Amino acid sequence: MIVTVFSVVILFLIALFLFAEALPLFKKVSLVDFLFGKMWYPTMSPHSFGILPLILASFYVSFLSAIISIPLGIAFAVYLSELAPKGIKEVLKPLVELISGFPSVVLGFFGMVVIAPWMTNKLSPFFTKTIPNFLSSLHLSYLSSFFANNLYIDVGLNIANASIMLAFITIPTIASLSEDALYLVPRTYREASLSLGATKWETIKKVVLPAASSGIATAIMLGVSRAIGETMIVLMTCGGASMIPVRPFDPARPLPAAIAAEMGEAPYHSLHYEALFGIGAVLFILTLIFNILSDIARAQGEKKMKGKSV
Amino acid sequence: MNKRNFSQGLNFIIIKISVFVVIVFLFFIIFYIFRNGISSISIDFLTKPPTDSMTRGGIFPAIVGTFCLSIGALIVAVPIGIISAVYLSEYAKEGVFLRILRLGIRNLAGVPSIVFGLFGLALFVIKFGFGSSLLSGSLTLGFLILPTIIASTEEALKGIPQDFREASLALGATKVQTVFKVVLPAALSNIVTGILLSVGRVAGETAPIMFTAAAFYKPELPTSVFDEVMALPYHIYTLATEGTHFEQTLPIQYGTCLVLLALVVLMDIVGIWIRLKARKSKKW
Repeated sequence: MIVTVFSVVILFLIALFLFAEALPLFKKVSLVDFLFGKMWYPTMSPHSFGILPLILASFYVSFLSAIISIPLGIAFAVYLSELAPKGIKEVLKPLVELISGFPSVVLGFFGMVVIAPWMTNKLSPFFTKTIPNFLSSLHLSYLSSFFANNLYIDVGLNIANASIMLAFITIPTIASLSEDALYLVPRTYREASLSLGATKWETIKKVVLPAASSGIATAIMLGVSRAIGETMIVLMTCGGASMIPVRPFDPARPLPAAIAAEMGEAPYHSLHYEALFGIGAVLFILTLIFNILSDIARAQGEKKMKGKSV
Repeated sequence: MNKRNFSQGLNFIIIKISVFVVIVFLFFIIFYIFRNGISSISIDFLTKPPTDSMTRGGIFPAIVGTFCLSIGALIVAVPIGIISAVYLSEYAKEGVFLRILRLGIRNLAGVPSIVFGLFGLALFVIKFGFGSSLLSGSLTLGFLILPTIIASTEEALKGIPQDFREASLALGATKVQTVFKVVLPAALSNIVTGILLSVGRVAGETAPIMFTAAAFYKPELPTSVFDEVMALPYHIYTLATEGTHFEQTLPIQYGTCLVLLALVVLMDIVGIWIRLKARKSKKW
């Protein structure tokens, strides 16, 4: 029992150290200036420790990656749980585990050497030449100039690049937890729906998915939480500019990237060092919120399923 | 009816395409790294240290470093993890205390790896004075995989039928004897699978070791736990982002990615194979 408490102790120690190391900063910089300041210039003089651009960058990449990973992850789960023949399922499930254990530094590297050049060399001309030309030929000159002026990609390392790689690494989290949730839906639900004349797809859409919704919500929360905290991908593929991001093809510097890139140069117990621990604390709280939300969703789901036969 | 069948067919196709896209992307990455990395792999690459300010030579110190860090993390996490899981599955009674424990473990699993890195820096590197070292890195990584090991071990223990425990107790064995001589041995292969999958994960982790263990360049092998070590993932990161010799070191980067990937995939395959074998020979 004493050993088991160890994990909880570590969790407390982590929180304790993050806050203790960050605290001295707030004698010099107010919490509001830290969280909502628009300038992150930690090494210039005068320095400025506003992390709003970093927070917005983290939200931006996580949101964009969630748009990709949620539908793909849920589709993957539905396929595994409802459609796949047994043989295919036994091959796919280990592959999902393989993706979830994929070294994120390799994915970051892949984003740098493959996705980034592809974006500047292929995707950018497609957005700024091919599509506008096509649109002008349809006499839609307004739309055409919108594409040409807004969807250019001059830096391959940007938010969209990071989002693609982040989505890839969060898909297994969403897929495997959603599949668990679908598996827990009693078979009698499906049989009742089918016997009323619903098709298999109608049964999935109107009976199985709603019944598993809290489990799927848990899966999504944990997936997003993982995306917010993932470091190497955003460090290597997001471009690193600490400005408030606007377009999806702008470079940005999410919270974990700032810590990883700058901690090596921040002198021990300087303001910069303390500010990076402050960023760590913000990151810790953000992921904690998502984890607790997922726990609430899980508890609700368990309540709902209690006493239902499988 | 036709429209409903059409809708079903269309949606099933979309679902299958989604699965296909994810799997193709996975294999494309693996294939791409393999094709570009395989020409760098040679006996010298695997057994020699880097030379000429890391633009030539091998990655032997990084392989050894990653090996030592993974073993170190296991030494930290496996005993604590297994004991915790045994408590949770065999001894703990439902209640508020257990709920808090589980909440804590689940949330520890959700802490970002870079935050573990900060924690390791503040506690082990600075407070305990271990410096950036094998010891600090192993402790940090060990805590990082602790919740994974607890979860997979508990899952393995839960898979053992209640009859096993009751039969053992009915023969007059004590609870401790039952756990160690009946339940743990029966769950062993699934526990090992969990451990191997976590080794794969630990070997690829970069963020937690950046400030706690990893050296940019250190050709000699570690001689004590207080030495800094090179590590495969950190080697990839530094070469890819260092800038000055990016083009020159590209073959080394691909080669290192391939070695790391091969290591992780190998751990996964062996782990999954052990699990499959155990499932087939299962007597219940």
